[in-house]
Amino acid sequence: MKAVCWHGAEDVRVETVPDPTILNPRDAILKVTSTTICGSDLHIYDGFIPTMKPGDIMGHEFMGEIVDVGPEVKHLKKGDRTVVSSIIGCGHCWHCNQQQWSLCDNSNPNSWMQEKILGHGTAGIFGYSHAFGGYAGSFAEYIRIPFADYTATAVPKDIPDEKLLPVSDAFPTGYMGADLCHIQPGDIVAVWGCGPVGQFAMLSAYLLGAERVIGIDRFPERLQLARNFAKAETLNYEEVDVLEALKEMTGGRGPDACIDAVGMEAHGQGPEGLYDKAKQAIRLETDRPHVLRQMILACRKGGTLSIMGVYGGFIDKMPMGAAMNKALTFRMGQMFGPKYIPKLVEHVVNGDVDPSVVLSHRLPLTETKQAFEMFKHKKDQCIKVLLKPD
Amino acid sequence: MSQNIKVEKTVTIDKPAAELYSFWRRLENLPRFTRHLQDVTVSSDSRSHWVTRGPLGGTVEWDAEIIDDRPNELIAWKSVPGADVDNAGSVQFKPAPGNRGTEVKVVTTYNPPGGAIGDMLAKLFGESPKQQIGDDLARFKMLMEAGEIATNDGQPSGHSHSKD
Repeated sequence: MKAVCWHGAEDVRVETVPDPTILNPRDAILKVTSTTICGSDLHIYDGFIPTMKPGDIMGHEFMGEIVDVGPEVKHLKKGDRTVVSSIIGCGHCWHCNQQQWSLCDNSNPNSWMQEKILGHGTAGIFGYSHAFGGYAGSFAEYIRIPFADYTATAVPKDIPDEKLLPVSDAFPTGYMGADLCHIQPGDIVAVWGCGPVGQFAMLSAYLLGAERVIGIDRFPERLQLARNFAKAETLNYEEVDVLEALKEMTGGRGPDACIDAVGMEAHGQGPEGLYDKAKQAIRLETDRPHVLRQMILACRKGGTLSIMGVYGGFIDKMPMGAAMNKALTFRMGQMFGPKYIPKLVEHVVNGDVDPSVVLSHRLPLTETKQAFEMFKHKKDQCIKVLLKPD
Repeated sequence: MSQNIKVEKTVTIDKPAAELYSFWRRLENLPRFTRHLQDVTVSSDSRSHWVTRGPLGGTVEWDAEIIDDRPNELIAWKSVPGADVDNAGSVQFKPAPGNRGTEVKVVTTYNPPGGAIGDMLAKLFGESPKQQIGDDLARFKMLMEAGEIATNDGQPSGHSHSKD
């Protein structure tokens, strides 16, 4: 089959590789009908994710049709159309039973790699480095789905791929970002980053009862989408002082909750931004925490920070004094896929949400390299690229 | 040079102690989740023969006997005199608090000999015996909780096409 393999920073190649086969009794094989580049794939593309090996197949946000199932798959069958969680959970460990699917004890064969840097191993993720299990990803014609009964969710056949694809990863990630905020009546939620995850976080904040939602970015088309799709108020951080503006918009209190939908490659401004960029470039700091610092200063006293943007390692110059003295609550994590996916599929089926709005471009899988370049540099107002394997 | 090496490692498994004890007490099951055991043959209630994989297709073998057996709590074993490598081990099953399952603790000791077998053992247990016992325990947990051991052996990649 054709697959897109990573070979180094900014080096992805379309190659012919063997088709996947069932390796374990709970596996299924899926024919990928649609997949898409996630913002977190850019961290791999840019070479910031350790334990990638040349030849690894990338991709973790996808859907398709089941073409084969192992003997222990109970609920899914050949021919089922499914959306697949980017996070792989075994469905049987204590964490999966608590609905904390990304903390699964059993889905990552390489969890020992993580124990050294994280203290403990976490769940496997498709196409996201060997520390996260080394699972072959979805930028391919076919993919093996471990623990298929939990990882994949059957969806109706009469709804187009475009509307369901973001339910694989971007929508549940944004939704969890809002869910972690424990939104109360009257709450104002600010979201840093108006990419697809940010859009879904803003929309979800309203679904969960927020009074007002404010989106922060610098790209006009993303801010416009935040206004039109998520019905958010917006701030362009290149035009205004975000801290000042947020205070003015919230009666001086600050947002009750702040969501980070950017992560480790945030663009800081001024000396602070240069500091992080230089340190990250020579690997003295793995992650650029500009958004995190700003959220700590912006957030209302006693408020909540919800971190969904991906961090991988270490950060510097955290204003811990502000966080401590303001009694902030930090909540975060890779998304708990199967906890949210069935509910979000229902929202799409009912017509409450049309996630296809975030898909600005559509390309064949063979043009993934071009898609990465377009997505990374936001060329042609690119927000998210749908990739078609056939 | 010749001194006992002792390794201990604990993992919590979300299953009752009785179930875990029963699986482990059937010593023939051990090769299903340990990476280096090739075969365990049980000859009587307390006697068994253990074969581990060595490098270049070689094996290291010994007879072991159960020296302590408390149902649902503890199993301890020890190689009998004349083994390639003197070794002993135990596994303890203790209920974890608040319905968190069972804490499974493995302790192994062995006395590494010199010579060829010593070299083989060094390769067998690598630089970090603790890591290997931990890995085996993680696979035991996967098998008991999820019913299978997560793997990516045999999946496609572009490695062979790599020019790097």
